[in-house]
Amino acid sequence: MPVNQTSLFTRRLRNGAWRVVELITTPVVPADYLDVIAPLRNPTVLRARIEAVRPETADAVTLELRPGRGWEPHQPGQYVRLGVDVDGVRLWRAYSVTSAAGRRDGRFTVTVNAVRDGVVSGHLLRHARKGMLVHLDVPAGDFVLTSPRPARTLFVTAGSGITPVMGMLRSALPELGDVVVVHSARTPEGVVFGAELRELAAQGRIRLIERHTRADGRLKPAALADLVPDLFERETWACGPGDMLDDLQEHWADAGAAERLHVERFRPTVLVAGDGGTVTFEKSGLVVDVAAGATVLDAAEAAGQLMRSGCRMGICFKCVLPMREGIVRDVRDGKLTTATEVDGDNVLIQTCISTAAGPCRLDA
Amino acid sequence: MTTLQRKEVNPIAHLSPEDIEQLGRELDAIRDEILAVRGEQDARHIRRMIAVQRRLELGSRAVLLFSVFPPAWVLGTIGLSISKILENMEIGHNILHGQYDFMRDPKIHSTTWEWDSASPAEQWKHSHNELHHKYTNVVGRDNDLGYGIMRVDEQQRWAPAHLGQPLYNFVNACFFEYGIAAYDLELGRNLRTKKRRNNPEFRARARQVLHKIRRQVTRDYVVHPALALPVGFAVGNPLGALFGTMAANFVANLARNLWTHSVIMCGHFPNGVETFERTSITGETRGEWYLRQMLGSANISGSKLMHIMTGNLSHQIEHHLFPDLPASRYAEVAPKVRALFERYQLNYVTGPLVFQVASAWAKVFRLALPNRKPAREIDHSIPPRHPAEVAA
Ligand code: FES
Repeated sequence: MPVNQTSLFTRRLRNGAWRVVELITTPVVPADYLDVIAPLRNPTVLRARIEAVRPETADAVTLELRPGRGWEPHQPGQYVRLGVDVDGVRLWRAYSVTSAAGRRDGRFTVTVNAVRDGVVSGHLLRHARKGMLVHLDVPAGDFVLTSPRPARTLFVTAGSGITPVMGMLRSALPELGDVVVVHSARTPEGVVFGAELRELAAQGRIRLIERHTRADGRLKPAALADLVPDLFERETWACGPGDMLDDLQEHWADAGAAERLHVERFRPTVLVAGDGGTVTFEKSGLVVDVAAGATVLDAAEAAGQLMRSGCRMGICFKCVLPMREGIVRDVRDGKLTTATEVDGDNVLIQTCISTAAGPCRLDA
Repeated sequence: MTTLQRKEVNPIAHLSPEDIEQLGRELDAIRDEILAVRGEQDARHIRRMIAVQRRLELGSRAVLLFSVFPPAWVLGTIGLSISKILENMEIGHNILHGQYDFMRDPKIHSTTWEWDSASPAEQWKHSHNELHHKYTNVVGRDNDLGYGIMRVDEQQRWAPAHLGQPLYNFVNACFFEYGIAAYDLELGRNLRTKKRRNNPEFRARARQVLHKIRRQVTRDYVVHPALALPVGFAVGNPLGALFGTMAANFVANLARNLWTHSVIMCGHFPNGVETFERTSITGETRGEWYLRQMLGSANISGSKLMHIMTGNLSHQIEHHLFPDLPASRYAEVAPKVRALFERYQLNYVTGPLVFQVASAWAKVFRLALPNRKPAREIDHSIPPRHPAEVAA
């Protein structure tokens, strides 16, 4: 098969040429030099450029992003993780894609809502500018529409829970038959995408039920049944605060309709520091209680876990392990380091100078 | 801290254990001050250094494509030398110390960085960060003292082989990166017996080193000279282009090696720097560890450019106190550290590069010969301290 042979030959040639290029740049890889010149072209390090910044409400902003090479298109409802350098430290946060899927220009948008004490959201709200680069991860999450599309749909959202739903509406509204959106926000002005939602409702494309919690109080599932009588006959997607979702899940389960409810939880990224905590080593399965002041290294070794260590005083960096989730305190200066699963921080912590300040899970 | 007891004047006799712990707390406070402001500025610094170095390297290598022309050869060689020095000192050394791990950038991280040195980063981190920085100047534990080939202290027994140590030191300086690799491999010790030679772990590490050296040698002495050939052919002097580029790379490597060796010699060898006995560090407290770093290191004074070209190892004292803080901050903390030295009446060893290098070399020569006076005996009138006492 001559065709295959040629392609094999060219592939060999290309690999060979690449190896020579790698030799030119050893000990780093050619991409490290190209990065200095053209940061978006690197396919192994996914980045995006901010093309536009549009305010939504007083504390929400939409970023239009142009992803670099290596990007994969998203499904409506999915989220992406953005890595943003805040005061020199790269922090990752997950944001729902709010634009319609399959845009021609390959761009997409996320809408960032400022959360209280939110380091990243606050930073983006204040500092995001056209031209800025952010780090990016491919889309993830299974909070997506089912196919075939349901004939009757209900969306129950609160606060920034509207963001993934907006992505779904913008992508697939024509395919969805009868759509009801029940959305809670503190005030009418605080409704993210308020104008667009009301416009859709005015056109009769959705039935919108807005609830303003400062005036009307929080929405209870029982009240929801009054607003939407055919509740359990609808395929339902809900996104919002944890206790709202808990209530809904209970209500749907009681009605025997649990499988018709899809929920997406935005987990709070604010971890509260305490003293000591349980540390789980995910790979070995070891679970140890690290007392306040004791180091993770010592506690794990005492429990029989094989640990890498060197200086045992924080200067050699041989003892670092990735923390998937949790909060640790530096025993020398009290500094806290946190990681959350959704954000995928996987921050490397030095076990010899870290004590647990809450439950932690280590990738070891 | 018992080696000090051998001295006629014990430089820390005036310090009580409480003083030493207080000193430690004051140094911790200086550390905290830097931690509080560490961030954006430091991230920008290292990114800029990396960008400058990479541009400089690419530029110099491009110029060396024309190495048949003498001005291009000179320019390219100077640029490449500077780029290699920056790469090793201000970038590699400091990133591998974890100074920029706080950025959480997986590329600029002590666990992923690889540098242009014969010693693979992983092995170097073990011998340098772990052994040298923990056991600074402890004779027998810190092999940086003389790299196992030299006599560095009057207390060490003299042997005729030491007569050659100025020569070894010079050869080591010229091929410093290979010396470091051999030293990280503990080559002397590991080649001695058959059992050690055949140890699979040692063999694996040796293979890594050889692999790395092979790639770098191929790059510097085969690939880049070959890239200069077209221009060589064009002007009818291919051999000139080939050997010219080889020579340029050789000179750049040599310059980098001599420079790093000199800077590093200044860190722990000059007059006034103390060494410590193995037993002196049992049960060492944080305060005592700090004190040992203070007495065991020496600075180089000079301009800002000097500090950058040494990777801020000109602030060796500050580096040894805070090895994991961004090196570009050392200049900022130096006055505070120096004030502490004065307040606690300790000797802050510093001086211009030429003086410090000369002082270190003088020591190499002096110790090549047997001592004029016999080495002093340990003063047993000062009781050794018990670890329990120290911990209390
Ligand atoms: S063991 Fe050296 S930094 Fe933790």
